Amino acid sequence: MNTSTTIHTAPPTVAAHRRAKGKRQRHANRGYLFVTPFLIVFLAMLVLPLIYAAYLSLFREQLIGGTVFAGLDNYTRAFADERLRSGVARVALFFVIQVPIMLAVALCAALAIDSGLLRLSKVFRLGIFVPYAVPAVVATLMWGYLYGPDFGPFAQVAEKLGTDPPRFLSADWMLGSLANIVTWEFTGYNMIILYAALRAVPHDLYEAAAVDGAGSWRTAWSIKIPALRPALLLCLIFSVIGSFQLFTEPKLLQPVAPNVIDSAYTPNLYAYSLAFTSQEVNYSAAVSFLLGVVIVVASYTVLFATGRRSRS
Amino acid sequence: MRLSRHFHHRGAPSRVTALVVAATLALTACGGGGSGNDGGAAPQGATQADIDKAMQTPTQLTFWTWVPNIEKEVALFEKKYPAIDVKVVNAGQGTPQYTKLRTALKAGTGAPDAAQIEFQYIPTFSITKDLLDLRPYGAEALKENFVDWTWGQVTGANGEIWAYPQDTGPMGMLYRKDILDKHGITPPKTWDEFADAARKLHAADPNVYLTNIAANEAGAWMGLLWQAGAKPFETTGPESVTLKLNDETSKKVADYWGGLIKEGVVSTDPDFTDPWYQGLNRGKYAAWLTAAWGPVFLTGSAKATSGKWRAAPLPQWGAGKSVSGNWGGSTTAVLKGTKNPIAAAKLAEFINSDPESTTMMATEQFLFPATKALLADPAFAQQKPEFYGGQTVNQTFGEISETVDTKFQWPPFLDQTFSDWNETLGKAFANKSDTGAALDALQSRVTTYAKSQGFKVES
Repeated sequence: MNTSTTIHTAPPTVAAHRRAKGKRQRHANRGYLFVTPFLIVFLAMLVLPLIYAAYLSLFREQLIGGTVFAGLDNYTRAFADERLRSGVARVALFFVIQVPIMLAVALCAALAIDSGLLRLSKVFRLGIFVPYAVPAVVATLMWGYLYGPDFGPFAQVAEKLGTDPPRFLSADWMLGSLANIVTWEFTGYNMIILYAALRAVPHDLYEAAAVDGAGSWRTAWSIKIPALRPALLLCLIFSVIGSFQLFTEPKLLQPVAPNVIDSAYTPNLYAYSLAFTSQEVNYSAAVSFLLGVVIVVASYTVLFATGRRSRS
Repeated sequence: MRLSRHFHHRGAPSRVTALVVAATLALTACGGGGSGNDGGAAPQGATQADIDKAMQTPTQLTFWTWVPNIEKEVALFEKKYPAIDVKVVNAGQGTPQYTKLRTALKAGTGAPDAAQIEFQYIPTFSITKDLLDLRPYGAEALKENFVDWTWGQVTGANGEIWAYPQDTGPMGMLYRKDILDKHGITPPKTWDEFADAARKLHAADPNVYLTNIAANEAGAWMGLLWQAGAKPFETTGPESVTLKLNDETSKKVADYWGGLIKEGVVSTDPDFTDPWYQGLNRGKYAAWLTAAWGPVFLTGSAKATSGKWRAAPLPQWGAGKSVSGNWGGSTTAVLKGTKNPIAAAKLAEFINSDPESTTMMATEQFLFPATKALLADPAFAQQKPEFYGGQTVNQTFGEISETVDTKFQWPPFLDQTFSDWNETLGKAFANKSDTGAALDALQSRVTTYAKSQGFKVES
């Protein structure tokens, strides 16, 4: 074999060097072997569809007249599309209002569990996490029932009290009602991320804080929350994406509030309706791509804004 | 410090997730690409010898339908033609099935040989040249078997027969006799009487509405327009369509209902939702303007109200008239891409015209028949369900079926039209706003869409 002859002929230092290099090479190759399954799925399920969608977005297909190359027409149309813009504005508003509330609740819950002062903390932890384990479809159907204007429990209570039932499914309340469902679903998920990060904080910091006379509030404020900053950032980024991609909840509430949640209520819903209701697959692909760009920009804006501060 | 490690990876999650995001979006969008099948010339008529040969050749057919237990009717077919093996697939009810069908057709693979398609969707699938003209397989000979208006529904602009009628939904009125009796209201025969009754009933009991006009149910609305004699859609050629969504008749009907809704005496709850089912069960609605499939549906959905309902024809736009429209009902169509057109056409023909099969559909699946013979069959017409106090409901709807206008047409882009309807007229109903302006908006939206799809639009 090649390597064995080198060992015999070459001076020991060079041989050792080469041996190390060869080993590293083989290690590197083995690495690729391990990531191959991922790469195959990644290429087949992610990269190729992406390229295909990009390709589709450059065409225009009509029921009469067939398919023609359209260049960037679909994109210029999307930029001028009032319905798309209002959808993006709506999910942006959703993000600004819902995400801080959700993360604040998740943070408080994580700190409470971590404080060790909670009785039944395991039950509490599980309880707050369970909604995340409930499929979004089931959750939304359940909330759709709870929000019911005639026979939902809130409406029943209101009727008993002789007041008007809360109009959860009206145009004015809908975004709040959706925010409530999403908060209910994802607080537990974020709480788990934050709680896990808290468990990773080295104990000597707490001991040092205790020696310096810090109480539990002071420890939470000065040690735990700063230590959580990267985890919070992660939650925030997930939330940016989740908010802008809002789809399941409005799609499932659509049947009970068909005149409030229209086909362009959120950008994702709009892309879906374009593809499957209007048969405008090409334009839908362009809308999806633009939304992807919006999400990337929003994610980087958040990273940039928060990153600057945390580095200093 | 351990914390510093987090900072190193700061950028990573966003990059990966952004890709995931974009790819998920792409998947939503990548349903199609290739155009539909080519038009091509009309196929030559199959001779009896061709048919005999095809029906004796071992063949496997795929049939998409959401009719429960239709395997029973299919088994009758397989018994008659042992060489043909039919695989029944439930690909979803209505829209979900159409979405899958459209995707399979665009992909060029995976589409069934035959599929259940509702009447109103036939032009949507024939415009894309996805349906097989059944005339070469003997369809014209069966014309007289089916109720006239149903044959009109499956007939294309150039006389093509796109499908066989399976079941129908001529519209009538189911009402709560107990509620009307309690308030001394006789079942209204005209829409004027209906309006008076609606006001009287709601004044007497503010928790009860004479009926509900679902602000998401364009299908039922089209049935009401159909009854009023509106012709919102007409196909005037292969590439041109006439749209009259805001003509005088449509505005008259919309104005009538918009008025009652504004007065607050008719509700606008979305139908087939949990609150709506509760409303039916708890007596929120004293009548349901529904189709011939409604009686059986209600029997299963409002069990608590058994014996309290009765059936009557729709109220009329003038005394002494008797006209109705249709809401729903299905056909069996053959997809043009099938490799076994003869066998698939014969399957569609058999299950919808064989007496044993059609009787089974009416008695096992409770589909409302499309064949004249079965509607006249005393065993069907004289059934006296307890839910309706022993009334011969089938007979009532059978008589209504004969009064359905035969000329009503559907647009070749139904999904878009219905979606626009929800966001214009449906929304106006829900918000109690101007219905005339809503209809103008609907006309303009559908026109814009039709033009963008390459149609010549007349109005």
